[in-house]
Amino acid sequence: MAQGAVTGTEQYNYEVIRKFAVMALVWGLLGMSAGLYAALELAYPLLNMGIAEISFGRLRPVHTTLVIFGFGGSALFATSYYVVQRTSQARLYSDALATFTFWGWQAAVALGAISYMLGYTQAKEYAEFEWPIDLLITVVWVAYFWVFVQTLKRRSQPHIYVANWFYLAFILATAILHIFNNISVPIGMFSLKSYSMYSGVQDAMTQWWYGHNAVGFFLTAAFLGMMYYFVPKQAGRPVYSYRLSIIHFWALAFLYMWVGAHHLHWTALPDWTSTLAATFSIMLLLPSWGGMINGIMTLSGAWNKLRTDPIMLFLITALSFYGMSTFEGPLMSLKSVNALSHYTDWTIGHVHSGALGWVAMVSFGSFYHMIPRLYDTKIYSLKLIYVHFYLATIGIVLYIAAMWVAGIGQGLLLRAFDDFGSLAYTFIETVSFLHKPYVVRALGGGFFLAGVLVMAYNIAMTILQSKQEATAIEAKLAAKLARA
Amino acid sequence: MKFKHESIEINAGLMIALTMVVISIGGLVEIVPLYYIKDTVEQVDGVRPYTPLELRGRDIYQREGCYLCHSQMIRPFRDEMLRYGHYSLAAESQYDHPFQWGSKRTGPDLARVGNKYSNEWHVAHLVDPRAVVPESIMPSYPWLMEPLQYADVADRMRALKFAGVPYSENQQEYDANVTKFGKDVADTLNVLGAEKNLVQQAQTGNYDGDRSRLTEMDALVAYLQMLGTLVDFSKYDEGYFAEFR
Repeated sequence: MAQGAVTGTEQYNYEVIRKFAVMALVWGLLGMSAGLYAALELAYPLLNMGIAEISFGRLRPVHTTLVIFGFGGSALFATSYYVVQRTSQARLYSDALATFTFWGWQAAVALGAISYMLGYTQAKEYAEFEWPIDLLITVVWVAYFWVFVQTLKRRSQPHIYVANWFYLAFILATAILHIFNNISVPIGMFSLKSYSMYSGVQDAMTQWWYGHNAVGFFLTAAFLGMMYYFVPKQAGRPVYSYRLSIIHFWALAFLYMWVGAHHLHWTALPDWTSTLAATFSIMLLLPSWGGMINGIMTLSGAWNKLRTDPIMLFLITALSFYGMSTFEGPLMSLKSVNALSHYTDWTIGHVHSGALGWVAMVSFGSFYHMIPRLYDTKIYSLKLIYVHFYLATIGIVLYIAAMWVAGIGQGLLLRAFDDFGSLAYTFIETVSFLHKPYVVRALGGGFFLAGVLVMAYNIAMTILQSKQEATAIEAKLAAKLARA
Repeated sequence: MKFKHESIEINAGLMIALTMVVISIGGLVEIVPLYYIKDTVEQVDGVRPYTPLELRGRDIYQREGCYLCHSQMIRPFRDEMLRYGHYSLAAESQYDHPFQWGSKRTGPDLARVGNKYSNEWHVAHLVDPRAVVPESIMPSYPWLMEPLQYADVADRMRALKFAGVPYSENQQEYDANVTKFGKDVADTLNVLGAEKNLVQQAQTGNYDGDRSRLTEMDALVAYLQMLGTLVDFSKYDEGYFAEFR
């Protein structure tokens, strides 16, 4: 099939997608390594080594930024550019602008990570980028929006495919969230340091409106877009229910924006706000599961593919983790549960069941489908995809289980009283209790990272193989021409 | 007129417009009222903006990512009251740009850590946590013993003033602060004398145990030692705060 008459390369802009896809893997490896090291620092604090740049407090934002914006963001750019071109059957608008989004985004991620290590941070979780980087991100995002919409306008059929609705909602919501949460006052034109324009309770509400919707739109809606293209494509079947996709799209987009305040239960935020957030969090279960059901049921009638196709295994497992973590989320948003779970590692476990189980797994599945097509070849090794799948799954299970033990255990210890009504444990006793779960968590992270290493090797060999095939065909052609 | 979803699916502009409407409502309903409902932030005496030295300490607290492991938000539960003290009020973080409530307690809450430990304890603990608490998993921060940069402290206060913190730059603003916070506090909120005030507080407080040098440790410990100490809770009965919740 290599070098077929009119391959994707001429009809579509694949170059920018290849770049984003490769960088997603690079950031994934770096970000997960940072995460693993940070996890080990919590288990073995000597690893902080008294070095400012790698101490836990500075390394943690490096980890979250590289995996969310570096890995997740690049994966979204790559797949959205792929999906919008394939479903619109139109070439991406403006190669130059698309290339700009690539370099701009990579620069923002790299500068962010470096600046945190040097101590520049806005000190708002997942929005740590200081103001000049925020401005760069804004420019890149506007360009991204423009490229995406202009490509949609070039579509050769009247309907906008459902995957693109989700990508579009993600682009719009991220723009609003990013701009409003990052309004801040720099201390000077030539200083990186700034202060948030908001303070106290209002700042807290704005931050978690941002924070939870970074999860809702960046890490959920957009990846549902990915799911809506790659699951039907890999299964060779149409989306299970068209009507369900309409309902759950609008419900998801509407409901998510209300739930951020469940991160602020029992705080100085007024009760009416957090009660509202809890209520909407429960309602959010419905559209979340609507998406999961629509994805999984797409495989209805082709379940046997799970036995033969490791890519399908990735995609369906991702949807299962999505269903699980969107059940756990509303549970944790109940005030009584939250009283125990908040401030503990249960939250960390919950995030990772979503981030590793859903976001990363669906990206891996999609990449295994997409990358060989971008390079006009076949995947180097199906067996290695299986290896990756099992490493990843074992890693996630170890991670989540360890964090359940750590979080629920610590939560119970902290609220235990002795017969005299005094606190049964000091804080530091609960820290000692965390050591073993922390070691197991790091082990789980190690498994997951090992899986990504296997994937990186598999993808590198696939790209190499495509180059070799191209050279072989050129040689054949040249020989033919010489004979003629 | 019969509505068909198809009409949205074939019109990118309409889809963008409707999506914008749908995603805007939640934030508008939950965020905007917090600025207009008076009871959101309690009326309480004592809370004041940070002095220049405390402000630099707070900057260092953020730089090192302390907020990632320490919350500053005590919830109204019996165990938290016993462990940390009175639950936190919204008023207590009204000058916090950004807020530092945190989301994870890998270490204990710090909302009322002020005056609980001696300066010497804090210095020893920050330089080598395991020298004081053997089971601690906190990183050590030996670099905090380096000299404090404070040349731009006035710029920092001006930026915060722009964001709404009542630092004063002229007589009128100063007088308003005297009325609101008293003369001693008003003096520390004066942008014009910021550097002098900073040095003076470090000298008087002697936070890092060595008056001959002005270190980042001075600033950070000054900040930690005032956390949660501003409101005198003996002046209020419990029912008063409950009215705001």
